[in-house]
Amino acid sequence: MTQTITIDPVTRLEGHGKITIQLDGEGEVHDAHFHVTQVRGFEKFSEGRPFYEMPSLMARICGICPVSHLIASAKACEAIMSVRIPHTAAQLRRMLNLAQMVQSHALSFFYLASPDLLLGMESDPVARNIFGVVAAKPQLGRSGIALRRFGQHIIELLGNKRIHPGWVIPGGVTEPLAPAKRDEILAMIPEAYANIGLALASYKLVADSFRAEIEVFANFPTNYLGLINEDETVEFTDGALRLIGPGGHVIEDGITANRFTEIIGEAVEPYSYTKFAYYKPLGYPNGSYRVGPLARLNIAKTMGTPQADKELVEFKQLALGPVQSSFHYHYARLIDILYGIEKIEQILTDPLILDKHIRATAGVNRLEGAGQAEAPRGTLNHHYKVDENGLITWANLVIATGQNNNAMNRGVLQAAKEYVKDGKFTEGALNRVEAVIRTFDPCLSCSTHAFGQMPLVLSLLSKDGQIVDQVIRS
Amino acid sequence: MSKMKLATVWLDGCSGCHMSILDMDERLLTIAELVDIVYSPIVDTKVFPDYVDIALVEGAVASVDDENKIKKVRAHSKLLVAMGDCAVAGNVPSMRNPIGPEAILERAYIENASTQQQIPCVVVPQLLRVVRPIHEFVQVDVFLPGCPPSADTFYTALTALVTGASLDVPALTRFGA
Repeated sequence: MTQTITIDPVTRLEGHGKITIQLDGEGEVHDAHFHVTQVRGFEKFSEGRPFYEMPSLMARICGICPVSHLIASAKACEAIMSVRIPHTAAQLRRMLNLAQMVQSHALSFFYLASPDLLLGMESDPVARNIFGVVAAKPQLGRSGIALRRFGQHIIELLGNKRIHPGWVIPGGVTEPLAPAKRDEILAMIPEAYANIGLALASYKLVADSFRAEIEVFANFPTNYLGLINEDETVEFTDGALRLIGPGGHVIEDGITANRFTEIIGEAVEPYSYTKFAYYKPLGYPNGSYRVGPLARLNIAKTMGTPQADKELVEFKQLALGPVQSSFHYHYARLIDILYGIEKIEQILTDPLILDKHIRATAGVNRLEGAGQAEAPRGTLNHHYKVDENGLITWANLVIATGQNNNAMNRGVLQAAKEYVKDGKFTEGALNRVEAVIRTFDPCLSCSTHAFGQMPLVLSLLSKDGQIVDQVIRS
Repeated sequence: MSKMKLATVWLDGCSGCHMSILDMDERLLTIAELVDIVYSPIVDTKVFPDYVDIALVEGAVASVDDENKIKKVRAHSKLLVAMGDCAVAGNVPSMRNPIGPEAILERAYIENASTQQQIPCVVVPQLLRVVRPIHEFVQVDVFLPGCPPSADTFYTALTALVTGASLDVPALTRFGA
């Protein structure tokens, strides 16, 4: 007899997720899946829209990382226009993207993951949330809220709106940075440094107590993909992609947005509305890879900012070669935040940052274009085709969560095998299986841009595949 | 007096409305002093409670799951708030309505896939033919438009709903705001 444990919904996750865990007749874990249950159809219903509407429309894929979609979409449009945007526009967008990375990582770390890390995987589910964190550790909880506010407020200052700002357009941005706004952002930076410093110190205090989790939280060798500059510093907005293998060797370098669409394929599994991206020359699933903070830090030689570089040295000491346990996404995420604050400060000292040349104008000069950027949770690619009038005839999006999909599914299976024995499990055990998914910070709105929603279910099945039991935690 | 119970629910939307709730920043802690957040993507409750005073619902109804969920939320909630343009009017999710689910699925999983092309059908919920706003399924007590409604809108509206003060929605927000 088999049994299926279903966790539905997976909570403290950015979207609709479900996990099913299939047990065999002996009560041992046979298989496990992470299901995404939402799909919306952006790739299809954008057909016929003018290409210059695409950034604003595509931002509506996701309320958490709309800026990444704005930027990747605008870059795809600029490829169609065949323009290079002014330096100042590129710098302002870079700052906007970093501000979003900071706020999104603060959401992931403090609001979603820190209840597990600071209160405990087995702690009372009723209080295992951001309010519980603030009650137990007021200063740290409030520093997380403040870091998220820091990022969101910069987005508001630049784009006039925190969520779905209309400021990023094909060709650049709509208005330059006002001196008063620059000064306001600069004034916010000392507090942000203090808050990330507290978060890093607090994380390091507790990280050692999670050795058992580190061992089984998607801890296996994979390939990694992420943006990098020519000087091998980490990059979020420009640069080109590098793909490395499990040992750290470079498989392919200098991958532009156009090249991405040639070498990255997408497979479909029947149990998820999110596709599974893979590097075509290695096939599916061998060509699967991970993206996001862990991948970026495994790929970059340096961050290019002094404080984050000190942390990167410590990060790289976690392993010989690439750091393979997804648990370390958390630490990588905090290092990203520190880098983001430093880089925003650097960008604001650019002598041209207040320049008024912020937009290139052109019509349709090519009938196809692709754009890429790093979303907080990993690489994002938008690829469009248009007709002579600039109306979209075809679109494809490859989202970070799809690129982590294979590793998330393998990670859920790895953790389930560790924590579900003889058909028995506790609430804390199931929470750990969910916590594997949380390390990746998947964005289910994004991953299901195609059309649908993502459930997280844990199921117990008999050997012939019959669902014997579905346990929904209450 | 025990605190009011608040639930937040996410149907077919982008989560921007939920992010805008979080954009209340430290004021979120003030709200949490007034109400208990008993069900939400940011807390660990898996089953919708038997009774909540206020349910904020983001997103349109696009799948069989969404339809079941909104009916359950309505049955167990005293006051139901449609938050954001998707819940109020369908907005971006309803842009697929003239095309139909088959063409959407075909594009995503057959044409735009490079191997194992197939339409997902295991565990994932079936899509409704037409995406519709929530008031076409259940009675809605308060409509809060916006894409998303701002954090200030949420703070003012929630405070009014909890304290029983009057709520002038058009003064706070508008479609596309």
